Amino acid sequence: MTTTMTQAPPLPYAALNGLMSDMTGDEKHQPSATSTLDVLWVLYDSILRVDPAHTADPTRDRFFLSKGHGPVSYYAVLAAKGFIPREWLPTVGRFDSRLGYHPDRNLVPGVEISSGSLGHGLPLAVGTALGLRAQRNPARVFVLVGDAELDEGSNHEAIAYAARARLDRLTVAVIDNTSSSHGWPGGIARRFETEGWTTATIDGRDHAQIAAAFEEPHDRTPHAVIARVEPKWSTR
Amino acid sequence: MTALLARPTTMREQFVATTVELLDDDPRTAVVLADISTDAFADAAVRFPERVLNMGIREQLMVSAAGGLALAGLRPIVHSYAPFAVSRAYEQLKLDLSHQDVGAVVVSIGASHDSATSGRTHYAPEDVALFDTLPGWHVHVPAHVDEVDPLLREAVADGGRHYIRLTEHAVPRAPSALPARPRAVVVAVGPTIAAASQAVRGLDATVLPVTTVRPFPAQALRRAVFELDGGADVVLVEPYYAGTSAHEVAAALPDVRHRLLSLGVGRRDLRRYGTAAEHDAAHGIDAQGLRRSISAFVLGGQRMPDGE
Repeated sequence: MTTTMTQAPPLPYAALNGLMSDMTGDEKHQPSATSTLDVLWVLYDSILRVDPAHTADPTRDRFFLSKGHGPVSYYAVLAAKGFIPREWLPTVGRFDSRLGYHPDRNLVPGVEISSGSLGHGLPLAVGTALGLRAQRNPARVFVLVGDAELDEGSNHEAIAYAARARLDRLTVAVIDNTSSSHGWPGGIARRFETEGWTTATIDGRDHAQIAAAFEEPHDRTPHAVIARVEPKWSTR
Repeated sequence: MTALLARPTTMREQFVATTVELLDDDPRTAVVLADISTDAFADAAVRFPERVLNMGIREQLMVSAAGGLALAGLRPIVHSYAPFAVSRAYEQLKLDLSHQDVGAVVVSIGASHDSATSGRTHYAPEDVALFDTLPGWHVHVPAHVDEVDPLLREAVADGGRHYIRLTEHAVPRAPSALPARPRAVVVAVGPTIAAASQAVRGLDATVLPVTTVRPFPAQALRRAVFELDGGADVVLVEPYYAGTSAHEVAAALPDVRHRLLSLGVGRRDLRRYGTAAEHDAAHGIDAQGLRRSISAFVLGGQRMPDGE
């Protein structure tokens, strides 16, 4: 994608609801539609070393949105941070829009992977973390998955291997809105800890907790942040 | 180093030797494995621990990690038995390489039924048909060991998406005699060239050997058809599912009234073991089987020439 775009001044967190309304037409948004919103905001606001003016910088941090569905929060954050023009938002889902219901890295500046089908982001991130390490590139890789997405077996190939390969520049955020049909007895963190990851289980709406969890040191192991939010079905 | 080693005698040995040289020459080259051929890469894994990557028995991860490596600017080479690298990880080939629009070279062994005693789980007669559903992949089917090195080097240098289908049953190079008045073109893909050349002896058919089958060599086929002594009879011999390239022949000859006979591995699960040669015979793609089918197609009711 192009690396230079017309820069609008970044917008604050309070602007996100309005940006989402540009896409949904609704004034308010249910928690189930915004389960990823706060983690995405904290990542782009204070964790990721990314710059909308230099989206191809080889040393930029990588963020892979693996849970590609429900991208309204993602597009809102990308617009707030100046990666995409706000004018694109009302076009979401149209035939000629760059913004689909699942994002495409070849269409949207700042989007690092094309996602939608579940269980692809974390395995891709393992490869990117390996590739950056082989080049002595200090960039970090962050992946966002959902708790139900962990049902896909491909994730478990990646979880096991990432720890054995000591991918300490890899961080996974699991948005846990208790939507997995068969659940994770003993907790999601345990799946990662057994394989040798460090973990933090936090309130996925608390910005200070989210930032602190991402900043926890994890030497020689990958890191998993389990961000708990409102159960998906509680608003039914 | 490699110069001190014995000259590779199999396609797999040549693949490993060339890959190790590429790892040495270009720090962007990486190899991703899933417990297959790890012994052959053991020395390389010590020399290049960050670029010879064994995922364990995790083929989905092998292909996805290749996509991630390519996103980070590396040039991944993925390697396993064909059923594990292609059909098992098809969704990863589709989404994590094609849809991301990043490059990789997939090098398989085992072909359609090299591991005949292992049974259907280790056969991959469907691999090229699966790649046919993924636009833009280059598909190479070498016949001879000495084709592997240049094919692999060009595929890695190209940067796109390439599939190289190796076989344990490489065939020796042999000159093919051109009939004076050819009446049919026999397109022989990869190692079928040996049986096809033997099969058409005395049949007035010209053999067109094909190594790179995607993109399909449409212009070469048209030239060969236009040189025929009347008619446009085409025989397609493929070492994977019969008819995999039939639509490519049709697309190459939209303006030519032609007949097509598609030969290759049959769709039915034979539930047999034995040897690859026995499977070739069962599918009618050994020299005798090809000769029967091709002569019936080309000569119609005419008597077969002496010799078979």
